[in-house]
Amino acid sequence: MKRATWIRTLVVIGFVLLLEGLCRWGVIGRMTMIPPSEMADQLWKLLQSGRYNGHIFETLGNVAVAFVSAVVGGFVIGSILHSLPRARRAIDPFLATYYAIPFFAFYPLLVVIFGLNAAPIILIGFLFGVVAMIINTMNGLDRIPRVLIKTARVNGLGPLRTAWLIKLPSAAPQLFTGIKLAIAYSFIGVIAAEFIMSTSGLGYSIAYAFNNFDNRTMYALMLFIITLVTIVNAFFHVWERRIMARRGQ
Amino acid sequence: MSGSVVDMAAAQRGRGFAREPKPGGDMAEVHAELTGVKRVYPGADGGSVHALGPVDLKLARGEFYSVVGPSGCGKSTLLDVLAGLSAPTEGSILFEGREVAGRVPPGIGVVFQEDASFPWLTVQDNIAFGLRRAGTDAAEVDRRVSYAIGFMGLKDFRKAYPAQLSGGMRQRVCIARTLVMQPRLILLDEPFGALDAQTRLLMGDELLKLWRETGATVMLITHALDEAAMLSDRIGVMSARPGRLIADIRTEWPRERDSRIAAEESFGAITSRLWGLLRDETVKAAGMSGSSR
Repeated sequence: MKRATWIRTLVVIGFVLLLEGLCRWGVIGRMTMIPPSEMADQLWKLLQSGRYNGHIFETLGNVAVAFVSAVVGGFVIGSILHSLPRARRAIDPFLATYYAIPFFAFYPLLVVIFGLNAAPIILIGFLFGVVAMIINTMNGLDRIPRVLIKTARVNGLGPLRTAWLIKLPSAAPQLFTGIKLAIAYSFIGVIAAEFIMSTSGLGYSIAYAFNNFDNRTMYALMLFIITLVTIVNAFFHVWERRIMARRGQ
Repeated sequence: MSGSVVDMAAAQRGRGFAREPKPGGDMAEVHAELTGVKRVYPGADGGSVHALGPVDLKLARGEFYSVVGPSGCGKSTLLDVLAGLSAPTEGSILFEGREVAGRVPPGIGVVFQEDASFPWLTVQDNIAFGLRRAGTDAAEVDRRVSYAIGFMGLKDFRKAYPAQLSGGMRQRVCIARTLVMQPRLILLDEPFGALDAQTRLLMGDELLKLWRETGATVMLITHALDEAAMLSDRIGVMSARPGRLIADIRTEWPRERDSRIAAEESFGAITSRLWGLLRDETVKAAGMSGSSR
C-alpha cells in the first residue's frame, strides 16, 4: 500500500475512533449521535430483517435510471453541441451557471406535471447529473488531437466508425470524469428529493426516522448510503486509474 | 537500430511491406500529378487566405521527393490536398491516373509530424489498426505486424502503450502503422520534426531503407535542408505564402545511400544551393508574419 493510502486509512480510522470515544464518553449526547459501532450494529440488524429492502431497491432503481439517463443523454447532447459551435456559444453561459439553480424548488411543479410517483424524483436526479456529463463530453471532444481525426480519414473511417473507434476512446478520461460526477449527482438528487416529498425510498426513510427521533435507524441508513456511495466511487476510481495508467497519466 | 535490421529486411523482401515485386523503379512513369492546384482558406476577418499555389508537380513512381520551404508557406497544405485530406480550391490532383477528390484514396499512406499513436492501444494494436479496419484476415495481420515490429526495432515493446515509449519510438509506431498497409505513395509531413538531431539522422537512414524495401513513391515535407539533401532524389523548393514551387533540384544520389553521404562534397553544394534559394523567401515569410527573427 502507498504511503498516501496508509495516511488516508489512518485518518478515517482515527476519525471513527474519535467519534466512538466522544459518543461513549457522553461528550456527544445520544440524542445527537449514536456511536459508529452501534450504527454498524443497527445497520446489520436492519439488513438482516429485510424491513428496508423495498426502500433500498426503490432508491437504487431510481438512482440507476437517473444515472444511465444522465450519462446517455449528457453524451448525446454534449456531442450535438460540440458539432454545433454557434448553438454551443449560445448555451455556454447557461451551462456555466446551471448548478446555481435550486432544483428542489421546482419539485412541487414536477409533482403537478408528473404526479406523486418516481418520475419527479428520477427527473431531479437526471437534471443534477446530466449537465456534468454534457460539459465533460464537450471537454473530452475538444481535446481530441486533430491528427487522430486525420489518421481516421487516412484509414478510410466514416463518421460513425471515427466516433466509435477514435473519438470515444480518445475522450475517455474526460467522459469518465463526467460519469463519476453523474453518479454522485444522481445519488444526491434522488435521495434529497425522496427526503423532501416522497413517501418511500431511503431518503424518505431517513426523514421518517429523523421526524420520529429514531436516531438508531436514521444513522444506520445514513451509514448504508455512505458505504454504498464509497464502494461505487471506489470502483470507478480503480477503473479510471487503470485506464489512465495505460496512458502514462 | 542495428545493421542486422537491414539484413532481415533483405531476407524478407517481398514478404514484408512490399505489395508485390517492384518494376525496378520506372522513374518515367507518373505516379501522382498536381495541375494548377490552389488552396484558399476563409480568413478570420471574412476575407480569404491564399495558402497554396498554383502548383504543378509530377511525382515519378518510386522516387523520393522532398519539399522544403519557409514556415507557413503551405507545405503541409500541399500534402493535405495531395493526400485527399483537403480539397483544392482550384486545379486537379491525380493519383495513379484517378482524381483525388477530397477523400484519401487507397494506396496512399500519411505520417504526420504530431504524435498520431493511439494512447489507448498497445504498440501491436496501434500498428494493426488500419489492417483490422480494412478487414484483413487475422493471420495476415499478425504476419505483417510482427514483421513491422521487427523491422522498426520495437520487439521489446510489442505490448507497451505509447506513453511508455520515447518520442522517436512513437513516431516509429506511426510509420509502421502506415507501412503495414503497403501504401504505394507515402506522404510524410515533417515526421522527425519533434526529434533530436541524432535521432533524426538515424530515422532518416531507416526511412531510406524502408523506401528501398517498399519501392513506394515518397513525398517528404521538411524544413530541414540537410534532411532533404540527404534523403531525396529530387527536392522542390517552395516560395513564401502563397506557396509555389520555385525550383526543382535533382541530387543524383545512388539508390543505396544513407546519412554518411553528408560527408560528400556535393552534399554541401546541394544544401548551399537550397539555402541560396530559400533565404529570400524565408526573410519574406518572416516579414509577412511580423516576426522579429
